[in-house]
Amino acid sequence: MEPMAYGQRQWKNWVMKNRLLRYFSSQIDNLILRSLSFFYIGILIILPIAALIAKAFEGGMASLWSNIVTPQAIYSLKLTFITAVVMVIVNVVTGTATAWVVVRYNFPLKNIMNSLIDLPFAIPTVVTGIMLVNLYGPNSIFGAWLGKYGIEIAFARPGIIIALLYVSFPFVVRTVQPVLQEMEQDMEEAAKTLGASSFNIFFRIVLPTLLPAILTGAALSFSRAIGEFGSIAIIAGNIPFKTQVASVYIYGELESYNQQGALGLSVVLLLCSFIILVLLNLIQIWSRKHEGTARSN
Amino acid sequence: MAILVKDIFKKFGDFVAVDHVSFEVQEGELVALLGPSGCGKSTILRIIAGLETPDSGEIYLTGKQVTTLSPQKRKVGFVFQHYALFKHMTAEKNIAFGMEIQKKSKAEIQEKVHALIDLVKLQGYEKHYPDQLSGGQRQRVALARALATEPKVLLLDEPFGALDAKVRDNLAQWLRDFHQKSKVTAIFVTHDQNEAIEISDKIIVIRQGKVEQVGSAREVYEYPRSKFVASFIGQVNVMDAVISQNRIQIKDTDHVVENTSNDSLDEGDVVLLVRPEEIMLTPEKQQPNDLPILIRQIHYRGSHYEIDCELNGLNIKVIENKVDLNKEQWRENQQAHMHFKSFRIFDAEEGHERVHEKLKEAGYIE
Repeated sequence: MEPMAYGQRQWKNWVMKNRLLRYFSSQIDNLILRSLSFFYIGILIILPIAALIAKAFEGGMASLWSNIVTPQAIYSLKLTFITAVVMVIVNVVTGTATAWVVVRYNFPLKNIMNSLIDLPFAIPTVVTGIMLVNLYGPNSIFGAWLGKYGIEIAFARPGIIIALLYVSFPFVVRTVQPVLQEMEQDMEEAAKTLGASSFNIFFRIVLPTLLPAILTGAALSFSRAIGEFGSIAIIAGNIPFKTQVASVYIYGELESYNQQGALGLSVVLLLCSFIILVLLNLIQIWSRKHEGTARSN
Repeated sequence: MAILVKDIFKKFGDFVAVDHVSFEVQEGELVALLGPSGCGKSTILRIIAGLETPDSGEIYLTGKQVTTLSPQKRKVGFVFQHYALFKHMTAEKNIAFGMEIQKKSKAEIQEKVHALIDLVKLQGYEKHYPDQLSGGQRQRVALARALATEPKVLLLDEPFGALDAKVRDNLAQWLRDFHQKSKVTAIFVTHDQNEAIEISDKIIVIRQGKVEQVGSAREVYEYPRSKFVASFIGQVNVMDAVISQNRIQIKDTDHVVENTSNDSLDEGDVVLLVRPEEIMLTPEKQQPNDLPILIRQIHYRGSHYEIDCELNGLNIKVIENKVDLNKEQWRENQQAHMHFKSFRIFDAEEGHERVHEKLKEAGYIE
């Protein structure tokens, strides 16, 4: 190796003598990386939120509030939450059941089924909407047949719920699946030898173990549902006071140059997202209560 | 009779896990199912508990046929190797679970949980979740939980398998003491011969899904019925030998061991098994059939010395107690002579002891 030039060596010595500088020089790459990632997240994620809030509160609290409580906006919010809640209830049951089948049973085509579960995430939601209209729309064979019995799906609430179910199906399955995989069956066997019936085993042993994962999946699909736009815009028909959900209402307000109306509901949806985020963290803390402090042996 | 296992057969796919196994356990006995991993011992235990269904054969618990009964109705206590505690319940909730299922009164449950916590020495840990407990504590909770429903028999599947040596010894000692007091009928599965010898009244040695030998620890150790049992339980030196004219000659040597018993031996290839502690080393030849050997290495083992010797390219392990060993006496690479204080002869082919029938007649073994 080349010997260091005199000046360079002097500099190095001086740095080594100074404790603070020594600390920084040893931490420098660490420090740069940390600042960079903070900076990036700040610009990418926090800044737009700040921009929205600043703009929304520009005209004061009262004007913002008046934009939120218009009958059409309130209706779209209600519809969003009702359809999201119905979807979450169905999704929790079907998602948990699907995870159970995939983990606990062996059958032909299991791998294909396992990959199909992720398909809704891969398909653009607009395409999902078009697929659903083509299946359930009044001009399709199936939709027309349903219509004969008075069952309306496209351009009605059931259409919204089916679209939401489609786009958020993987959430519960994929959060429950790893927990179920990890859950050793000897816990259920232990309950059996203690005399517990299948009913008791499910409700007192299996379900409580899966609950944090189920709740996480439910919260994720709920947050997905209140923001879903593409598929609903197409299947719902966006009739005010009938099938117009919040995200579509926001888009409609922008289209008709009513930016304040759009900002009002945006703030409400943003607030919902924050609440869900906090909720998710609480679920994690709660479920870790029994696990985080594990001692070895 | 507390447990009767009658001709149990169980296949997983093409693999025969349990191959026509029969045995019985008397009331109050503590029995070890001992065997190498994969020999089917856990499957047998699970079949007794009803967690597996046998392809054929019958199980009787306290005289009653239970072969088709669900595990819920068999009234057995089961302890799993990895504890299988309910993770979302505290220690006391885990213990109370079985009694809650039985719909016992709150006061009764509370009293019993308290007594069991005392029994397994977990005072102060009642409100802890399983993941806040150490392995040994978790297995104590599992034991208390299994005992809470007052089972007719207690089944333990490698109960100490996942624990540190020190914790294991402690808990094994506890189990033995508990059994002394309670006299509950129990079977425990283990692959650890020391554990089986220490704890159990009776050992059932299992090999490849079959019962190889049943007997007390002493019987199984001193009078192994097959080469497998002899080499699985305790350390053993194996030497190929041949019998001719009532003399046993170790192969590839001209060394001959006299048959000291009065019975004459059938001629043929045999295997000679000698336990390390049954070999005596002497510096000089003391008896005509002592074998000259070379001391290779001397290992200090705390309570004793283990000495690796060589006999015509064959490794022979010798154990000498510290008191016997004059440290100055043995050096590595030293010539010495060995004498077999006792030994066993097995058929080379089948691995069954040649003199077994004769020992049986003489009343040495059952």
